[in-house]
Amino acid sequence: MSFLPKPKLHHPNLPTNKLGYTRRDYEGTISTLCAGCGHDSISAAIVQAVFELEIEPHRIAKLSGIGCSSKTPNYFLNPAHGFNSVHGRMPSVATGANLANRELIYLGVSGDGDSASIGFGQFAHAMRRGVDMCYIVENNGVYGLTKGQFSATADRGSKSKKGQVNADEGIDLVQMALSLGATYVGRGFSGDKEQLVPLIQGALLHRGPALLDVISPCVAFNNHEGSTRSFDWVRAHNEAVNRLDVIVGRDEIVHAQEPGTVDEVTQHDGSVLRLRKLAPDYDAHDRDGAISYLAERKRAGEIVTGLLFVDPEPSDLHAALRTPAAGLNRLGDAELVPGAAALAAVNASLR
Amino acid sequence: MNPTDIKAPDYFHRVVDCQWACPAHTPVPEYIRMISQGRYADAYMVNWKSNVFPGILGRTCDRPCEPACRRGRVEDEPVAICRLKRVAADNKGDVEARMPLAATAKNGKRVALIGAGPASLTVARDLLPLGYDVTVFDGDNKLGGMIRTQIPRFRLPESVIDEEVGYVARLGLTVRSGERVDSLKSLLAQGFDAIFVGSGAPRGRDLDLPGRKEAAANIHIGIDWLSSVSFGHITKIGKRVLVLGGGNTAMDCCRSSKRLGGEDVRVVVRSGFDEMKASPWEKEDAQHEGIPIHNWLVPKSFEHENGKLVAMVFEKVAPVVGADGKKSARPTGEPDVRMECDEVLIAVGQENSFPWIERDAGLEFDKWGLPQLNPDTLQSTLPSVFFGGDAAFGPKNIIWAVAHGHQAAVSIDKFCQGQDVADRPPPHVTLASQKMGIHEWSYDNDVSNDLRFKVPQLPAAQALSNIKLEVELGYDDRLAFKEAQRCLNCDVQTVFADKLCIECDACVDICPTDCITFTANGDEADVRERLSAPALNLTQPLYTSGALKTGRIMVKDEDVCLHCGMCAERCPTGAWDMQKFFLETAQSGDRACRRAA
Ligand SMILES: Cc1cc2nc3c(=O)[nH]c(=O)nc-3n(C[C@H](O)[C@H](O)[C@H](O)COP(=O)(O)OP(=O)(O)OC[C@H]3O[C@@H](n4cnc5c(N)ncnc54)[C@H](O)[C@@H]3O)c2cc1C
Ligand SMILES: Cc1ncc(C[n+]2csc(CCOP(=O)(O)OP(=O)(O)O)c2C)c(N)n1
Ligand code: SF4
Ligand code: SF4
Ligand code: SF4
Ligand SMILES: [Mg+2]
Repeated sequence: MSFLPKPKLHHPNLPTNKLGYTRRDYEGTISTLCAGCGHDSISAAIVQAVFELEIEPHRIAKLSGIGCSSKTPNYFLNPAHGFNSVHGRMPSVATGANLANRELIYLGVSGDGDSASIGFGQFAHAMRRGVDMCYIVENNGVYGLTKGQFSATADRGSKSKKGQVNADEGIDLVQMALSLGATYVGRGFSGDKEQLVPLIQGALLHRGPALLDVISPCVAFNNHEGSTRSFDWVRAHNEAVNRLDVIVGRDEIVHAQEPGTVDEVTQHDGSVLRLRKLAPDYDAHDRDGAISYLAERKRAGEIVTGLLFVDPEPSDLHAALRTPAAGLNRLGDAELVPGAAALAAVNASLR
Repeated sequence: MNPTDIKAPDYFHRVVDCQWACPAHTPVPEYIRMISQGRYADAYMVNWKSNVFPGILGRTCDRPCEPACRRGRVEDEPVAICRLKRVAADNKGDVEARMPLAATAKNGKRVALIGAGPASLTVARDLLPLGYDVTVFDGDNKLGGMIRTQIPRFRLPESVIDEEVGYVARLGLTVRSGERVDSLKSLLAQGFDAIFVGSGAPRGRDLDLPGRKEAAANIHIGIDWLSSVSFGHITKIGKRVLVLGGGNTAMDCCRSSKRLGGEDVRVVVRSGFDEMKASPWEKEDAQHEGIPIHNWLVPKSFEHENGKLVAMVFEKVAPVVGADGKKSARPTGEPDVRMECDEVLIAVGQENSFPWIERDAGLEFDKWGLPQLNPDTLQSTLPSVFFGGDAAFGPKNIIWAVAHGHQAAVSIDKFCQGQDVADRPPPHVTLASQKMGIHEWSYDNDVSNDLRFKVPQLPAAQALSNIKLEVELGYDDRLAFKEAQRCLNCDVQTVFADKLCIECDACVDICPTDCITFTANGDEADVRERLSAPALNLTQPLYTSGALKTGRIMVKDEDVCLHCGMCAERCPTGAWDMQKFFLETAQSGDRACRRAA
């Protein structure tokens, strides 16, 4: 960690967005994570993504659990709302907040330990219920904060820093999210912001459960030979199926120019996801196809990244529960507590 | 692009914008840090070694360092480098013991210096400790040249001149003051091993306009008038004064007039206000004292009655941009402007003049009447004669005179020792890590957000009451500390080790000014466009690594780096390190001055 705050002075040509903010206005306090931690790059990508989307930071609620990854909301979007919950419980808090207040954009930040071990059930239910949120798992294969034990996402056969071999099967949260009904699923790498920033943008704009599994090397405990989450390993085995550009209104945000055929997806809010295909036969609209493609590539030792599945017409928890458009926090006591007569009517309808 | 060769002294030197811009290459950030630490004497000696006149320059320097200062590119104004120098001089206490000693053994070589301005005095300082027998001739009675005769006392108290000229004189200088050299040939005949001409640019330009002769009693050449004021020969001036010209001399003339009885003092310039040669702060100071500056007026004639000046007439002009894109002034056709006045000071430029150099002495001049010199060695076509200061390339300023003095001393030393004058000694350079702990550096890397602090001044009414009262009071300790903290420590360099980098992006993410990019290699113009923040300032170098593991390279735009060390603090492998680059130009006196450093 650094002891000093990041200097306020910035580049004289630093651009402002239409709100008049610079990218620097989307930062948080200085990170206390280990120097070089992949999580810090994800924070930088979130800053970049929200700045470019021209969203006021206070329209976002950042929610997290426990872990190095879950500490990061302090390091971006300083003026945003935030809730640092207990270990593995971020999805519950996100679900409650989302039901209460429909005006915020929910950004959940969790770790592989937080989401695939203690919070695995929470994760599963947020996905299957369809909580409208951008759920980012900063996946380093270890419990960073508690000094590097294997997490449940660590690949079978990968080695710890001290040489122990992981005997258990690793949970693939992308596979889980696909089977559990998430409507926007992607995988990125902290070391590739050109790919990651638009993935985050698309997920923030998506009006349904969006999961991003972001491989994020832990430089302190999982960046050695034998690890499958090290910078070197991920760079060598990264198989990007597509590149994404997110287009909001008329302003196109172009991140990189690469060849390939183009697949345009118009999301419900009018934003366009432009997918430039790198794997020619990969279809990001085919949930089952994605599941088997991922399983096949995993056997081949590859890490598939990109926007892996998107449903342009998602449905969410509010639709399922038929909650009022305003959100629970806008209702008065009379509506929230309709009284014994209303309860009797409900009970009668179920007899 | 090829990997940057950081071993080449110029590379990091360029990054220290102030030092690079300083003609004498004063290690600016080094002395500013010392001021922060209250080490005023140390700060003074660092200056003294490079520029010989810290107290004088801390009040009067043209400060080319400040427009160059990096701070001016990341916020409104540069660090007050010049006035911090004054702080070191004012608070240094007794530095006698740190000064070099007069040589105890002479080396048998005799050198003559013509003129006792800053150029000559610098040559003297560099050569005397080596055992040279140095004699200075000056037509004036005291040492200092124009520093003494031209710069008004309200900007530079005489005690400061006496002190700093004294440090040179007592190294064993033979002073022949009041002695003008009126023949180079006869001086050559006196058997000096080398001669240094530091005679300045002593002639003020005149304006040959109708009425000039008739009204001569009330019309003065600015620099002659200023030296008369300085010597106390002139103590008052008429109530209505017109000062013609837009340079610093004009500013000194008008401000002096205000103090000698001038009530309605005006400056009239033929150019626009922005095009004036005077430094912005000089113009500001004049205006602050209630002196208006009238621009776009070309002097036409002097009006006089019974041999007494009564007014001046000016033609109105306006700028036009020619087909070649150049601005010139064209008459507007409006009626002339007439200004009544009692006295006029002409400050429209200075010229060189060498009436005492016989044209058959073997010294070649160019078509502008300036000596033909090797620009690096300052040697003339007569091998034993060297030039420097205003005499070399026309009027410049004190710090250039000093820089020339150092170079000429190196040349003279080599010449007298029978060495190749063209073989210039390289600068002394060190590069040392500042790392003390994981996030601890031996420099203060906390970047201040303060804006430039104003130097306290006497109230205008009091300042105008006495021409000898110094207007500026200088920073006190507290202001000096805060102003010093604004310095970005541009000499503490970001040094990158390709081999250690794992391309984790931590430095890219933390850098407050978007200096760092990992990208594919290409040619420079292309790479400049592709950076996190396009590198549009072409005067600033890019620092490039060799190929990294992914095949990309690290490119750092030095332009607006705050030298905050965040990149190094966030780097997990120590691929970035903060290393202090210290450069001193080689001087002939190095051997003897070592005691000073
Ligand atoms: C009004 C005015 C204000 C200025 N203010 C500033 C300022 O604020 N800051 C700044 O940096 N610069 C300033 N300058 C410029 C600065 O004074 C000169 O650039 C600098 O002094 C040049 O130094 P030098 O060593 O070349 O010679 P000078 O300082 O010009 O000294 C030359 C000396 O040589 C003597 N001399 C000439 N011919 C002979 C001879 N034949 N025999 C013997 N002696 C001779 C002269 O008497 C004089 O003493 C100012 C100049 C003027 C006119
Ligand atoms: C209820 C509870 N159980 C256990 C812990 C100890 N603990 C803190 S962080 C952590 C794992 C965090 O791993 P991950 O979510 O992957 O975060 P990382 O630090 O790797 O980013 C554990 C087990 C805790 N804080 N609370
Ligand atoms: S322990 Fe690992 S995950 Fe935690 S801050 Fe350090 S590098 Fe990042
Ligand atoms: S900030 Fe300091 S070191 Fe940098 S150019 Fe300015 S004075 Fe020199
Ligand atoms: S020292 Fe490093 S982090 Fe600081 S501005 Fe310079 S390059 Fe950026
Ligand atoms: Mg983890």
